Amino acid sequence: MSTPQPPLPQAAPAWQAETGSAHPAYTSPIPVVRTHFGHALASEWTKIRSLRSTMWTLGVFVLLVLGIGLAAGAMVASSPADMHGDSPLPFGFFGLLMGCMCIITLGVLTTASEYGTGMIRTTMTVCPSRGRVLAAKATVFFVLSFVITLVSASLVAFLHVAMLEGHGAGTPSGQEWLKGTVGVSLYIALLGLLSLVIGSLVRHSAGAITIMIGTVLAPLVIALFMFAQSLEGVRQALFEYSIPSQLSVFYSTSLTGSGPSGWDPLWIILGVTAVAFAGAYLLLEKRDV
Amino acid sequence: MIEAVGLTKRYGAKTAVHNLSFQVRPGAVTGFLGPNGSGKSTTMRMILGLDNPTSGQVTIGGYPYRKLPNASRQVGALLDAKAVHGGRSARNHLLSLAQLSGIPARRVDEVLGVVGLQGVAGKRSKGFSLGMGQRLGIAAALLGDPQVLLFDEPVNGLDPEGILWVRNLMKALAAEGRTVFVSSHLMSEMALTADHLIVIGRGQLMADMSIKDFISANSADFARVRTPGTESQQREKLTTALTEAGGQVLPEQDGALRVTGLPLPRISDIAHEADVRLWELSPHQASLEEAYMRMTQGAVDYRSTIDQKAGLQQPLPPGAQPPMPVPGQGQPDWYAPPPPQQDGQPFAMPGQPPAGPYGAAAAPVAAGQPNPYAQPAPMGQEQTQPAAPAAAPAPHPTPTESEDAR
Repeated sequence: MSTPQPPLPQAAPAWQAETGSAHPAYTSPIPVVRTHFGHALASEWTKIRSLRSTMWTLGVFVLLVLGIGLAAGAMVASSPADMHGDSPLPFGFFGLLMGCMCIITLGVLTTASEYGTGMIRTTMTVCPSRGRVLAAKATVFFVLSFVITLVSASLVAFLHVAMLEGHGAGTPSGQEWLKGTVGVSLYIALLGLLSLVIGSLVRHSAGAITIMIGTVLAPLVIALFMFAQSLEGVRQALFEYSIPSQLSVFYSTSLTGSGPSGWDPLWIILGVTAVAFAGAYLLLEKRDV
Repeated sequence: MIEAVGLTKRYGAKTAVHNLSFQVRPGAVTGFLGPNGSGKSTTMRMILGLDNPTSGQVTIGGYPYRKLPNASRQVGALLDAKAVHGGRSARNHLLSLAQLSGIPARRVDEVLGVVGLQGVAGKRSKGFSLGMGQRLGIAAALLGDPQVLLFDEPVNGLDPEGILWVRNLMKALAAEGRTVFVSSHLMSEMALTADHLIVIGRGQLMADMSIKDFISANSADFARVRTPGTESQQREKLTTALTEAGGQVLPEQDGALRVTGLPLPRISDIAHEADVRLWELSPHQASLEEAYMRMTQGAVDYRSTIDQKAGLQQPLPPGAQPPMPVPGQGQPDWYAPPPPQQDGQPFAMPGQPPAGPYGAAAAPVAAGQPNPYAQPAPMGQEQTQPAAPAAAPAPHPTPTESEDAR
């Protein structure tokens, strides 16, 4: 490989000649392209598709959503109970609730693993526009997780409708279809995006995953053990605004009667993610890599 | 062209880099030396815009890195070999970087060939050895075919063949008119590769000069004189004669004399006049390692000590002698300062013409003549001359040389 180099031209005279002139002599024959957001998108797509962790987390996600969803459907189908015209879509909820942990993990890993491995220094050297890198990561991850969630949630929904037709299940309205597939997928993808942003803020995979899992589970768990009468209001709010409860709103089966309804959960997570994203963007520009 | 002006970086109370100003010019390999923790990597990170300086600035071609148009096509860097995601294959790693900088994908296979990793291009870099990781890092640095290249410890973990390759690569890149900035701890490697040196210690600039000037300014050159070992009165006679002629004579352990302040021909003449036969009369120019050790001895933060094993040893039986410590443990505390230059300044600084140690104190013989120890060969040629001690310290130091260094 390293054949002996031919005698090199004398470096010293070149050195002295260069002292006066400010511009170096070397120009690359490779055409220089002005880089833009599209380049960063292509790069991030290569990055996310070339990792096994992506395949694992998304694979487990699909497995959970389909597996738990179908198991729930099968259980109802095998029981003699009649559904009295209720929509069959809410049975997809349990699979997605479990599955969102995978999306959270993938979101965190997309940013935090670059810090863990040191890859971020290579990335930020190649592209000093740090905001562009973060935006590209966010876009690629959001689209990927939205598409995967939409496909699996829709598949489960179709299967449920087919399985439970004979058990007195009603036909879901267009609105219910939209919320139970696109709405819930947007919510899950945004939750993943929030994880990605938290990963960028915390820069530590395990720490960021813990924070996100805590965010999903803690309000419900805390609310369960909040017995004091004076804390009844807080308890109610924790129940209503906990992420599982918000997720269930998309199936019109909120854990509580009041609280967010309709498309509210989507606007809530959109606002939170936007604020966190702005914070991560500013911090990324300011902090040392 | 990299230019740092008053570069300072503080982490809380700790100052990592203090008021550093230097220039790295194109067309040459510039070595960046300093003890562990002296701020080399911090400086490199500031050059690449990864860390923001507390004060001062550093520019590449006149722009701060983050304002540089098409940065990845102008600057390539190997920061550390493990700055890759281990789960990604070498090819995909490079492909993602190529896409990010708008470089055609076929360039990836080109650089994989350049660094010799075609065979493992599809393997995940997690399983790479340190040397393979270095090659991958070098491939990433070369990807954009940039005019400015930064390498932090590029030869770490490389096999001898790889070290030779990196050495030739650096020189070839510089010869094409690129700016090559390399940090390393391997002094012998630096002596062979670099044309110019920037030395920092505790975050401050200690030297910015050509490698040849650096060695002659920071090392004590001397002549080793050996008289027939059987006749000790000859040695004393010569010592007296040399001292009278203005030289400084130090006896060495094996009976040789270490003479400074006199040129070689003059020593020979004096010996002839004193009727003393010589078995050896040889010039000794210190290696880059010794010169570096002398300069940085005051700026070393992490210094190993002898392993005392205090409290763990059996009490010695009465009358027994404690074992002598094996020489070589711990780091030497002190190197003799270099001989004073003409102006009496211990360390020559940039801009001053370094005075040859012999030429300075030499008697009329040396006056008006070229310094017999000065290497007239221009930079770059020295590497091809195995006998030139200036820039080519023996890859395998002889026992006497290492003895000198201690």
